[in-house]
Amino acid sequence: MPVSFDSSTKFAEYAHPEVLVSTDWLAVNKDLPGLVVVESDEDVLLYETGHIPGAVKIDWHTDLNDPVTRDYVDGVGFAKLLSRVGISRESTVVIYGDKSNWWASYALWVFKLFGHEDVRLLDGGRDAWIAEGRELTREQTQVTPTDYPVIERDDSTIRAFRDDVLAHFGNPLIDVRSAVEYSGERTHMPDYPDEGALRGGHIPSAKSVPWARAAGENGVFKTRAELESIYLDEVGLKAGDSVIAYCRIGERSSHTWFVLNYLLGLPGVRNYDGSWTEWGSLVGVPIVKGTEPGLAPVR
Amino acid sequence: MSSAKESIASLEEDFNALSVRDRLLLLLEFSDNLPELPARYAEHPDLLERVEECQSPVYLFVEVEDNSKVNLFFSAPPEAPTTRGFAGVLHEALDGHSVDEVLSVDEDFPNRLGLSEAVSPLRLSGMRAILRRIKRQIREKLV
Repeated sequence: MPVSFDSSTKFAEYAHPEVLVSTDWLAVNKDLPGLVVVESDEDVLLYETGHIPGAVKIDWHTDLNDPVTRDYVDGVGFAKLLSRVGISRESTVVIYGDKSNWWASYALWVFKLFGHEDVRLLDGGRDAWIAEGRELTREQTQVTPTDYPVIERDDSTIRAFRDDVLAHFGNPLIDVRSAVEYSGERTHMPDYPDEGALRGGHIPSAKSVPWARAAGENGVFKTRAELESIYLDEVGLKAGDSVIAYCRIGERSSHTWFVLNYLLGLPGVRNYDGSWTEWGSLVGVPIVKGTEPGLAPVR
Repeated sequence: MSSAKESIASLEEDFNALSVRDRLLLLLEFSDNLPELPARYAEHPDLLERVEECQSPVYLFVEVEDNSKVNLFFSAPPEAPTTRGFAGVLHEALDGHSVDEVLSVDEDFPNRLGLSEAVSPLRLSGMRAILRRIKRQIREKLV
């Protein structure tokens, strides 16, 4: 039986209200058959300190990334992972996580590379659930393994590679990193480990819109009107634009991709997951330093 | 009291005897049991050194008692259990041992706990960074 949608008024304004659920909705519906709740965090041990009862864990590093190649797991790996955590192709999946759902958005984006249909985010993520004093448990979730089919990953629709970025100049690019990373003062987030980029700065013509601007108080997504004033009025994006978002390794830009794609309904938004750790080390590609976007190179 | 070398050997043994999932749970135990800061540091966070290489904030302070014994103090928030766990393991392995012992600890020992698979090599590099900073503070504090 399909799992109903959350009909909150706030969500109804978004282009795709069906991709979000509130903490209230989840508290009532989390045990429905056909629904699997997934926690996906930056910290690999956070789930173990206490998770929403019944939730399973998917880690971006150890589960979603291939352990050898810098890439995501392939169809076989994804099928194995989802079977292990008890998700079927027909399951409704609700993902939540720390840091205003960075990693939850990233996981959702990977689910979409494999075309999993019904994936939703918990608005506000882990922090909202905790702030409202809702139940967490350390009890190990009992999983009935499934037989998730092997689906070929589709890298052509919502994912951009470096060559796609080079061919994209002249179209909007959004850099969602912090201001100091954008200007080139630092190659990584303040207070974060340096995953390595040999140069600092941004991709020419990319506009700086730090990801967190899409998150309001308590980490929930801003209203549609607030998001439109940032991305449409201020940045100048419009329907029909082909947009590429990037950050350092593609996690914060998954959050922005989610906002642009589902909340504002801009089709044609891709996430460049190679992001600055790739671009900032590539030989010969153009880079701009400073606070101005700079001009797109003429092809 | 066993030597630092013996503590580390026994940690390596404990972690590696477990399944990958249980290694995480053991790390969680170290996170849960990380000793609180004593008042003299809790009230003076400025005395603590921040380990920048860790994904989440962790602060550390090293005391060298009588130019010979190492006392370690850590502070990391509960929302950063992996980092807290790393600090807890290092505390278990090194606290109370002699300067010579701690300085001679192999900086690669975090890689031998069987945690690479469980937490990923990138995250584990944070633990090596804490160890390097402990050694640096010791060297600075020797007179």
